[in-house]
Amino acid sequence: MKQQARPNQAWLSLRQLSRWGLPWLVPILLLAVWQISASFGWLSARVLPAPTAVVAAGWELFMSGELGQHLWASFERAAIGFVIGGSLGLILGFVTGLSRLGAQLLDSSLQMIRNVPHLALIPLVILWFGIDETAKIFLVALGTLFPIYLNTYHGIRNVDAGLIEMARSYGLKGVALFWHVLLPGALPSILVGVRFALGFTWLTLIVAETIAATDGIGYLAMDAREFLRTDVVLLAILLYALLGKAADLGARLLKRLWLQWHPAYQKETWK
Amino acid sequence: MIAPFVFSEHQIQLRQVSKNFGERRVLDEVNLTIPEGQFVAIVGRSGCGKSTLLRLIAGLEEASEGFIGLQFSDAQESRSHLRLMFQEARLLPWKGVLDNVLLGFRGLNVARYALEEVGLWDRRDEWPSRLSGGQKQRVALARALVHRPQLLLLDEPLGALDALTRLEMQQLIERLWQEHRFTVLLVTHDVSEAVALADRILVVEDGRIGLDLPVELPRPRQRTSSAVAELEDRVLRRIMDDQHPYAPESPQEVATPLPIYRIAV
Repeated sequence: MKQQARPNQAWLSLRQLSRWGLPWLVPILLLAVWQISASFGWLSARVLPAPTAVVAAGWELFMSGELGQHLWASFERAAIGFVIGGSLGLILGFVTGLSRLGAQLLDSSLQMIRNVPHLALIPLVILWFGIDETAKIFLVALGTLFPIYLNTYHGIRNVDAGLIEMARSYGLKGVALFWHVLLPGALPSILVGVRFALGFTWLTLIVAETIAATDGIGYLAMDAREFLRTDVVLLAILLYALLGKAADLGARLLKRLWLQWHPAYQKETWK
Repeated sequence: MIAPFVFSEHQIQLRQVSKNFGERRVLDEVNLTIPEGQFVAIVGRSGCGKSTLLRLIAGLEEASEGFIGLQFSDAQESRSHLRLMFQEARLLPWKGVLDNVLLGFRGLNVARYALEEVGLWDRRDEWPSRLSGGQKQRVALARALVHRPQLLLLDEPLGALDALTRLEMQQLIERLWQEHRFTVLLVTHDVSEAVALADRILVVEDGRIGLDLPVELPRPRQRTSSAVAELEDRVLRRIMDDQHPYAPESPQEVATPLPIYRIAV
């Protein structure tokens, strides 16, 4: 038995290694090529500084406390904007999803506004709010509102009518019907909306912060450009990527937590 | 048998009940009384109006004309004495088995008893998506039973189950009915199921009750017995021949030489 187990285990670990390692192979190779090209001077530091230089710049900013300050400023904007826009989208989605009157009254108007790219409003927003926090939070909120609104509305509308009929025949109505049937039934769709909205949050923030800001990651990048610090610009881009990924992971964590009942998530593994 | 409640003999009463969907008349002046505790099977071709009849009694649809009266032991909240089962189990997929049984109901002990009766107490924490079709229907049955219904309405609840599971469920339903003595209305397209379970078989055809047949066979019924087979045959014949309900069987017709048909075609 032992003799048999050993090659089997080795095979398993090889398989595991390829499963976890393989997706990282290409990024690591690219990074290596980049690093080598930079160290041999084939790439100018103006165009693309070495990865080590980017890390060094990050470390320097981290030690001076600047990095933390900018990260926090961006995170705060993203969070506040997301909460405001998300809640509004959720409430509007509930109103239109639950009441026919609400849908008739609001849905077509919301669909019209949705078709305006919210970044096109930047000049107007600057005129309204100046360049302070309100403008950026407003834009982020606007960007997150629609994905969450749409998916909440459709989620509630698409809850299995048979389940609603069953629940009504068991005496559920009003708040109880909403809480036990409609909300959980719409949740998978709402979470899809949350994931989309998180993507929009970062996109909006990048644009808003590069246009007018005195702190935040976007400001960090713009400031670095003035001083030709390509390493810091790269660092800022990298930070956006990491924050976006973190937000996405958070959304997936919520899914795993709230959709345990869903057959599609019972077998899902971390990818 | 001593009746647990004292009230009028007729639990369900339909007088001249009609139902139209747009232009189409699905039920046409149906008159029907069902006494308390009776097991009634409603059979018929698909689209004959049998499910609509059940949905009217359940209050899921409004009758276009006529009167539907339901009487229960206490007059208040009469709909809560009535429970439905559908062809699909309609369990809430986001609630575990036990929480599904506890929907709109408080009382863990009763829920436990009901789940034990259907043999699924040890699966109480499972998600419905992990259960088989028969198990889901058993949970749905337990969910209906915790409310101690006086009237159980079954809309082809076994239609989607495989043959063996269906037999098992039929026995379970019969046992629970004998134990609790609620009134049962079972809509089914399976005539053998109707003959095996019911005290009375209603054949619905073209929105009317075409045949109202008492089944006075002792329980438990042997599916292979000649009396059961004969009855089954009679009901089936009635359903199949409903275009010519009173045409007598003529042996000559069967003996007609084939070529004539060929020419006719």
